[in-house]
Order: sequence, then structure tokens, then C-alpha cells
Amino acid sequence: MSQSVVFKNKWLPYILIAPQIAITIVFFFWPAITSLRLAVYRTTPFGDRTFFVGLQNFRGLLESPQYKQSLITTFVFTACVTLIGVAISLAIALLLNQAVRGRTIYRTAILWPYGVALPIAGILWMFTMHPTFGIVPHYLGDIINFNFDWILNGQAAMLLVIIAAIWTNLGYNVAFFLAGLQAIPKSLIEASLVDGATSLKAIRHITLPLLSPTTFFLLVMNVVYSLFDTFGLIDSVTKGGPGGATEILIYKAYKDGIISLNLGSSAAQSVILMALATLLTVFQFRFIERKVSY
Amino acid sequence: MRKRNSLIILIVLAAMLVGSGLASARTQIDFWFSLSGQLGDKVEQLVKSFNESQDEFEVVAFFRGTYEESMTAAIAAYRAGNAPHVLQVYEVGTQTMLLSGAIYPVYQLMEDYDIDIDWNDFVGSVLGYYTHEGNLYSLPFNSSTPIFFYNKDIFAAAGLDPEKPPTTWQEVEEYSKQIMDAGLARYGFTTGWPGGYLIENAFAWHGVPFASHGNGFESLNAELLINSEFGIEHVSTLARWQKEGVFNYGGRGDSANWIFFNEEAAMMMHSSALIGSMMQSDINWGAGMIPHWGDPYPKTNTIIGGATLWVMNGHKSEEYRGVAEFLNFVAQPEQQAWWHKQTGYVPISIPAAELLEAEGHFETNPYQRVAIDQLNYNEPTADTRGIRLGSFVQIRNIIEEELENIFGGSKSVENGLNDAVKRGNQLIDEFAEIYQ
Repeated sequence: MSQSVVFKNKWLPYILIAPQIAITIVFFFWPAITSLRLAVYRTTPFGDRTFFVGLQNFRGLLESPQYKQSLITTFVFTACVTLIGVAISLAIALLLNQAVRGRTIYRTAILWPYGVALPIAGILWMFTMHPTFGIVPHYLGDIINFNFDWILNGQAAMLLVIIAAIWTNLGYNVAFFLAGLQAIPKSLIEASLVDGATSLKAIRHITLPLLSPTTFFLLVMNVVYSLFDTFGLIDSVTKGGPGGATEILIYKAYKDGIISLNLGSSAAQSVILMALATLLTVFQFRFIERKVSY
Repeated sequence: MRKRNSLIILIVLAAMLVGSGLASARTQIDFWFSLSGQLGDKVEQLVKSFNESQDEFEVVAFFRGTYEESMTAAIAAYRAGNAPHVLQVYEVGTQTMLLSGAIYPVYQLMEDYDIDIDWNDFVGSVLGYYTHEGNLYSLPFNSSTPIFFYNKDIFAAAGLDPEKPPTTWQEVEEYSKQIMDAGLARYGFTTGWPGGYLIENAFAWHGVPFASHGNGFESLNAELLINSEFGIEHVSTLARWQKEGVFNYGGRGDSANWIFFNEEAAMMMHSSALIGSMMQSDINWGAGMIPHWGDPYPKTNTIIGGATLWVMNGHKSEEYRGVAEFLNFVAQPEQQAWWHKQTGYVPISIPAAELLEAEGHFETNPYQRVAIDQLNYNEPTADTRGIRLGSFVQIRNIIEEELENIFGGSKSVENGLNDAVKRGNQLIDEFAEIYQ
């Protein structure tokens, strides 16, 4: 029954999508194929000697304790940023959706961090949280005698980058949740309240299910964000340290490739990352989307 | 109206043609460098004075990010066939450049273009680090070595002699405790570039080998030796001090600088090239040689850090003539003396040092002498002239990671150093395999 528009000119649709296709080929397929090719070679930095090594780069990664550590680190980081970030954003959005005095000011304030570039956000957090001259550890130390030394303590460093990553993406999440909340007809909630539901129940049985498409979209976006976009943040705060405690996969691929010039291993890591991203997306759309009521 | 517009366009075009004609009269030489801030300004000033000194060549200096970034960019450019003529590469990249097959050795370049440079004029420690098979393959440019900065005001307030920096590690501990007990600073000392200063330089300063086969100079199959008795004792003490506050690990690279500049620590081991920034700060600072453990270790010499200028192959002969002249200009005693005064990098040639001496420069700036004296403290041995390893960048990273594990308490000193050696050796083996 769907109405479809048919172009009169047979070639027009192809011409119209051609720029997009061209961009995808140049900026996605071409680098992806290059990575695949590089991943099965070992090569000197300047490329004057190249040896075909088959899957040896991949085997090297799987045998490396550092790579396993990086996988775990990435999992913890992504899970925390996504789950905690989306949960906090939802709570804030629910609060902001209420009729409170000065709502516009709060909304603007919450959206603000999203305008800050990640490396700059990283530097802001680094300065506020620095164990020797940061203001927060200074007072934390005075009040509860707690030493937040993320320069040497891996868990503290992880906590710091998670907080910073959540903070930066908060505005984005809240904006989408607010839009989603406003699309829910007020009459539904009012009707449930008249029927005797508490406002918590109304949230649980009406708001959350109706909001699930937004939640689902945000979960996907946050996973992608923590896997790939947080590179600048890690680079400006911890550089993967201390002792590799915040070295997520994308940062390790960068470090091994760009800094250490180990192109084969770095390419193999990119291929694994690519596979991971594809798998995750397929998984999310196939299994989670079914439970989402649009 | 339209006619007048096209006339203007014509004039502009003509002017552009003439302009580009004039510009192309000078052969352009691309120079990629990695010094930023105050140091970067000085590089541009140096290039400008070369361009003004003659009218045949125009050196165009591009800032290409950190050393890592510019090296990667140069590699990509080289593979695409448009590498710069001159590239500034940090000391840890030396082995990679030497074996790259992408370079035009500097000694060869100077010979080919009849430029007479007496390489024996260069300071021994610089020659030692960068010479390959008896020749200089790159021109030493900015060379520095770590020295020990201290805060004179804090020293005076603690009842210490503000003109006497500690010379032994035992004194560092004693002074630190005195300062901390008086509540004058939270920590005794901190350091920049932990891998380079706490390990590489500390080993050389005590005459202890960092790696086998003359620190890798004699063979690609070297092995790291940092888990030796000296290494374990040295790092164990640092780890204890980290707990006590005598030492505060402030992160890699330059990230510890703030701890000293905010007077949270009274002392800091850092590059002599930091003198320029020190002079601009409000700190009443002094500097001495880096501390030593005393017997049974000899006091030998510290090693050079910084970068050299490499010439990339694949360019035109006419351009190489300009490159040779530019490098010759940079190596002149006058430029070297100027460069030293502006930045705190050590003068790389003996005539430059003599020129500075004759000017009385060291009498007014005694701290600029510390690095030079320390580099030449004793004749460098096979274990102290420098370090040359494949994948050295990665190895330094690994050592810093393991130091963090040790100082953070998640690994014992032995385990941390053993792991560093194991991981480092694996990289050295892989590098040797690919180049054999």
C-alpha cells in the first residue's frame, strides 16, 4: 500500500546518490581494504621491506597480554559510559521535562557540555581533577582524606575518563530524551494518573515503553561514541596510562601504528575493531530492536 | 562596468604571475620541525636569518606536530613521493631512520656539495650518540640532557644552602625530608620524561649498561639489561620514595612540570632545554647535575636527548645544494651560540662553546653550563655514549608503563622490570628479524 515515487529519468537516482557512494568508497571502503591488506603483512616504517606473514599479526595480538587487557578495559569503559551515561541522562531529562521555574536555563546548562570538543573537555577534567594541583582532589583530601591519584592508580584513571566521557555526551543524550518525552501525549499520562497510578508507575508503564525507540537509538550511539570517539579524551587526559589501564582498543591501535610505527599490528587491530563494530551493530538491530515498541 | 571588472581581474592575474615568477626564482626547501611554543619561534627565526643571508634558496619551515606526528607524516609523504627535504627526528627514532633506506646521509651530502665541515669540531657526546660506522648520518640540531632543577626559596626557608643543590641521591632524600617536615612543599622531587631520565640517563650516569652489545650500537640483537642489580636497587628506592612523598611521579613527557612550577615539589629532574621556560617563570630556581648513588658506581656522563636533522632522498641536485648550505649555516658557531642562549639546548660544536666562553656567557649564566659539564664529565664508554635500539619509541613506552605499575603498587619492582625486559626484547627481536 505504500506510495512510492518513481523517477522519470532512469539515471537521476544514481546521480543523486553518487556523491554519497563516492564518499563512502573513498573514506570507508578504500581505507578498510587497505587495512585488510596491511594486516597480513609485516612492513618497515618506510615501507622499503614488506613480508607477507598471513595471520601472524592476529596471532600476535591474541597471544599478547596487553591486547587482552585492552579488550577488557574497552569493555568496562564502554559498558560504564553507555549504561551510566544513558541512565543519568534519562533521569535528568525526566526532571527537565517537568514544569519548573527556570527550565530553559537548566536545559541550556545541561546541553552546554556537548559543545565542548573532547580533547578540551579532557583538559578541563585533567585540571580540575589533577592530584597535585586540581581543585577537587585538593578538597577531597582535606575533607575525607582521600587521595585521588589517577596518575598512578589505574582504577582512579578509569573512573576519571568514564566521568569525563559521560559528562561530555550528557547534553546529546538529554536532548534526544527530551525530544522523545515531548512526543509522548500528555493525555496518556494524565489518564493514568486519574486512574490512580502513581507518577513512578506512570513513568514505568507509559513513559519508558514509549521512549524505548529513543533509548535504543541512544544505546547504540553511546556504544559507538565510547568505542571510537573518546580517543581525543583519552589522548589528552591519560594517554592510555597509567600502565595501560585506560588503553582502549582504538587508542592502542593509534599508539602501535602512529607512535610505534608497527603498521601490521595496528592494521590487524583496526580490522578487529571493524569486525567488532559490525557485529555489535548487527546484534543490536537484530536482537534488541525486536523488543522495542515503535 | 563589466569591462572594468575584467580589466581588474586581468591586472590581478598578471600580478600573480609576476609574483609567482619571483617566488620561484628561489629554490624552495621544505623543512619539517616539531618544536612548539617558544622553541618553535626560535626555529622560525633561525630559518628566517638563513633566508635573509642569501637569495638563492628559500627554506620553508613547517611545524608538523609532535616528533611522533611529524615522523609519521614524513613517512606517509615519503611513500607518496613528496617527502620534505629536511626532517627533524628525535633521538629515539635514530635506528629507524638509519635503516630506512629513505635518507641521504649528511656527511655524504656535505662531501658531494663540497662543504667543508670538520666533524671533529662536534662535541664528543653528540658525535657518540649519532655517529654510525664512523660518520654522521644526520646533523645534530637540538641536543639536551637532564639536569636537576631546584627551588632556591624553598631551600632557604628549609635552612638549606640555596646555592648548593644535592649531588647524591642520599642528599636528595635528606633534603626532601627536611623540606617536607617543615611543610614547605608536599613532595621532595619529581621528574619529566621518566623513562629517559630515571632509567636511560641514570644508567649512563652510573656507567651501567642499559642494553647488551654496547647499548645496541654493535648489534641489532641487543637485550635490555635494566633488571640488573643496579636497576632493581635504584627503582626500589624510587618506589619507596614514591610512598613517602620524597618522590612524586607526575606522568610522562612534560606533564610533571606543573608540580615544580606550582611549588608542590622542591626539585625536578628535567631537560636543560627547560631553562628558557624557567627564566620566564616566577620561580627562584637553580640547577645542578643529576644526583648520583656514589660508590661503587663511577660517575660517567649523561646522554644526549633531543633531535637531529635528517635529509630525505629523492630530491633534485639543485635542491640538495641548498639543503647542504642550510645545514652548514645551522652548524656555524655563531648560530649554535645564538641557539644555545635562546633555548638552553647545548652547543653542539667545540668552537661554539669556545665562542660562548669568550663572550663570558657562562659567568652570567652559570646554569647553562651544567648540562655541558655533565655530558663531558668523563670520557663516554661503550655503555654510556648513547642507546641505539630498533622500536626504541615503543620500548621507552613499555618501560614507562611498567614504572607506573611499580610506583602505583600493582607490580613488584622485580616483576615490573622483568616484564619490561621481556616485552622490550620481543620488540628488538622482531625489529632485527625484519632487517636481517
